[in-house]
Amino acid sequence: MGEPLIDIRSLTVDFDDGHRVVRALRGVDLAVQAGEAVGLVGESGSGKSVTWLAALGLLGGRAQVGGEVLFEGRDLVGAPVSVLEAVRGARIAMIFQDPSSSLNPVYRVGRQLVEALQLHRGMTEASALAEARRLLDRVGIADAARRLRDYPHELSGGMNQRVMIAMALAGQPQILIADEPTTALDATIQAQILELLQEIRRDSAMALVLISHDLGVVAENTDRVCVMYAGRIVEDAPIDTIFEAPAHPYTAGLLAALPDLEGPRRRLAAIPGVVPEPWNLPRGCSFGPRCPEFEAACEAAVPPALELARGHRAACIHARSGAV
Amino acid sequence: MSEPLLEAAGLVRHYHIRRGGRLFGSPAILRAVDGVSFTLQPGRTLGLVGESGCGKTTTARLVLGLLPLTAGEIRLQGETLPPAGERRWRELRRVMQMVYQDPLAALDRRIAVGRQVMEPLVIHAIGAPAERRDKALAILQAVGLQAHHFDRYPHELSGGQRQRIVLARALILSPRLLVCDEPISALDVSIQAQVVNLLLDLQAQMGLAYLFISHDLRMVRQVSHEVAVMYLGRIVERGDPDRLFAAPAHPYTRALVSAIPVATRTGRQRLILKGDPPNPVDVPKGCAFHERCPIAIARCRSETPALRAMADGRQVACHLASGSADA
Repeated sequence: MGEPLIDIRSLTVDFDDGHRVVRALRGVDLAVQAGEAVGLVGESGSGKSVTWLAALGLLGGRAQVGGEVLFEGRDLVGAPVSVLEAVRGARIAMIFQDPSSSLNPVYRVGRQLVEALQLHRGMTEASALAEARRLLDRVGIADAARRLRDYPHELSGGMNQRVMIAMALAGQPQILIADEPTTALDATIQAQILELLQEIRRDSAMALVLISHDLGVVAENTDRVCVMYAGRIVEDAPIDTIFEAPAHPYTAGLLAALPDLEGPRRRLAAIPGVVPEPWNLPRGCSFGPRCPEFEAACEAAVPPALELARGHRAACIHARSGAV
Repeated sequence: MSEPLLEAAGLVRHYHIRRGGRLFGSPAILRAVDGVSFTLQPGRTLGLVGESGCGKTTTARLVLGLLPLTAGEIRLQGETLPPAGERRWRELRRVMQMVYQDPLAALDRRIAVGRQVMEPLVIHAIGAPAERRDKALAILQAVGLQAHHFDRYPHELSGGQRQRIVLARALILSPRLLVCDEPISALDVSIQAQVVNLLLDLQAQMGLAYLFISHDLRMVRQVSHEVAVMYLGRIVERGDPDRLFAAPAHPYTRALVSAIPVATRTGRQRLILKGDPPNPVDVPKGCAFHERCPIAIARCRSETPALRAMADGRQVACHLASGSADA
């Protein structure tokens, strides 16, 4: 494998809420290769979104970001706004869960696309308009010329997400960060949007980071998955390995908690307890109190990520290759 | 078979609206629920699935009498449900309770959760104050909480614990039917399994019947004895969950099942539907699904298919479904 496209090293985020400082991200290491599709799964508050918001400098003044985010030979952490602006939207694009709140409700979608094209590609009004039509066409919106004149509220949720994808493609990015892109959409529309993302990736060799709470969505659309828990990546593995031989007890627990669609019904193996709050983490391994394999040694220190096989890491002292 | 607990016969709920939401838009009728019938036996679960806007939640609210019916009838324990607000309706509401998607919105943030669990007893004037407290503590234990949770406030509890409080409050009147509208959708994956297991345990202990509404087909299969698939205000397929999900008979069910992302890649063909579900104001003529249907024929554009029984006991509203019982 060559040099990664983006290399996140020991990324930390501390939020200061005025009363206390809360550590939301506790050392994330994540590298994405060119053209690769990586899934990021975990429960709410585990740091999936914060990782990328921090990497792109989108967290605002209340957050203190530590560590490194190496992209094209530069460290984006603490980089000046001019550097970040040249990266955001242009080299690395991001789409979010709720497309209608990402679009400006008082401008026609065509206007918003043209703005992105002028900003990222320096196009003239006329050529940007032609390109906007081509992009809408590309993301599967029928009658693109007419749709350019629509406002976001005139389009359905699925169509708005297509517009957001078109806008993300406007800068011809090398990486698309899709943060729960289908969570707000219905099942049949989700299938359409995921199919579109696959198609774009086949055509453009763009890397995709798919953030989702749904292991099924990630399994079908990525090559590799990182499982996050309480601000850290606890397991990083190729898709097949994760499902056949999860090494971290949390990953195994998540898989056992999912009901099947076929075969005999069995009682779900729920993970006991609740996700710890970031200001009240247990000692040592944060999954310890909920873990079936818990022992005294788990409390001694935060377990480091162990390399179990090529491309397979897990942060658990019990992790063995092909175990659990 | 014993007497059904709940019978819904030809439920219809229409709204008179103005097109485009404008004051002077032309009048139109939004058909939120357009002829839905089902029965539910005591201690059983009917899963109601479908996409947003298909009428699942409206059906739930109609069943409880929280929305007036445009047409149709609801019978609870053999008795026609009177209009909401009447004394008999209030008495019958003890028999059926609702569990909502967002527990934080369903609870009052300024009142300790224990008092909220007791409140139904106060409203229905059941028991002395001390007995009410004992009953609330017992029901908290039944939903997997402890006595010390009684004096907590909603914000002090986790999402899963809050949903347990909502359940406790619904259960304190010993209802026979719980209408659960997306009861686990707002919860994290690891917590969803806890709540689903709890629902199944409570059903076994108390003989509860559930009307379980969800867009998560896997969870619906996990809890349901029977499943009804809704599309634009109508039931398009109904039957045993294992059979229905393994071999869907209606093309819409087929698309819905094939849209579920699965962890293990089996190489099955995904059926991708074109377009969005139509607006319930402009329901297509004939079969409402024909514009998105991959196998539609001319007849589908003109004639609305009725729900008919198949040889294996399920019901399907599709002209092209084969194996009907009378054929």
